[in-house]
Amino acid sequence: MSSEAMSSQAGVATSVWAGGRSPYATNSKKFGMWLFIISDALTFSALLFAYTYSRVSNPNWPTPFHFSPSIIFSTIMTFCLLSSSLTMVMAVHSMNHGNRKAAGGWIFATMAGGAAFVVLHLTEWLNLINNEHVTAFGNPWGVPLFGGTFFALTGLHMTHVVIGLIYLFIIAQGILRGKFKAEDVEVSGLYWHFVDLVWMFIFPLVYLMSARI
Amino acid sequence: MSNHTEEALHVGATIGTFAKVWITLLALTLGEVLLAYEQVPTMIMLTVLIGLSIIKAALIIAYFMHLKFERLSLFLTLFPMLIFCIVLMLIFLGDAARLPHMRPPV
Repeated sequence: MSSEAMSSQAGVATSVWAGGRSPYATNSKKFGMWLFIISDALTFSALLFAYTYSRVSNPNWPTPFHFSPSIIFSTIMTFCLLSSSLTMVMAVHSMNHGNRKAAGGWIFATMAGGAAFVVLHLTEWLNLINNEHVTAFGNPWGVPLFGGTFFALTGLHMTHVVIGLIYLFIIAQGILRGKFKAEDVEVSGLYWHFVDLVWMFIFPLVYLMSARI
Repeated sequence: MSNHTEEALHVGATIGTFAKVWITLLALTLGEVLLAYEQVPTMIMLTVLIGLSIIKAALIIAYFMHLKFERLSLFLTLFPMLIFCIVLMLIFLGDAARLPHMRPPV
């Protein structure tokens, strides 16, 4: 009987799905960030669906996104985020090879991309508010849901970018002082790539589907 | 020991791979912008744009977020339920499409 118990215990320790000591072979911080990303992905998909359903149910949905500046700006913003994802990958790569100085530099480059995104996005918001008279509560087309869903969706995304900038700054100045490990940089990278990923859906659904020459 | 494990985990992706993924993502984005100015029916445009976005998202998750090089158990724990929940949100599409026809004429 005791040998039976031992063999079943050995089975638990080796099988991936029966628990074991490390079923995902990742550290707990990384798994925690993945769980957060999955739940945040559901939040953003709910907002994207809310935007799309409001649009489908309102035939006179406004399309105030002219090629210049809205589409040009949002395309450059997409470029900024995609490039900052590449520099973030380089930061993780440098950190894995023990090069803290290079990793810090790459993270600051990532932050520059994120900051450019926020500045361009705010300029685009001000253009909508001042030139197209779209606010969160009304617009000339008489579809207040447009402003409400648009500013909620892009505003929540911009909040994520700003939180990401703060997060990356804490990590960057920490690793330059010898704090944090490679896995911490990788976890912050996961968050940053997720922010990039969400924009890959907002950009076509909100901007490109409403492009007007 | 821990160093060795890390090297083994990162063996699948090199700087060249990341650069290729980045260029592919930029090319897909350019394709989306060009498509936005083509005269195609809304539903076809929406389907193609979403399709391209899903490809871009998959590239980011697989390479930048490193999921391609993680254990399959991590992917299976996280993604099937996420996709299932997102698909569930389609339930209200019929109601949204029906609403404009239910409005009394002004």
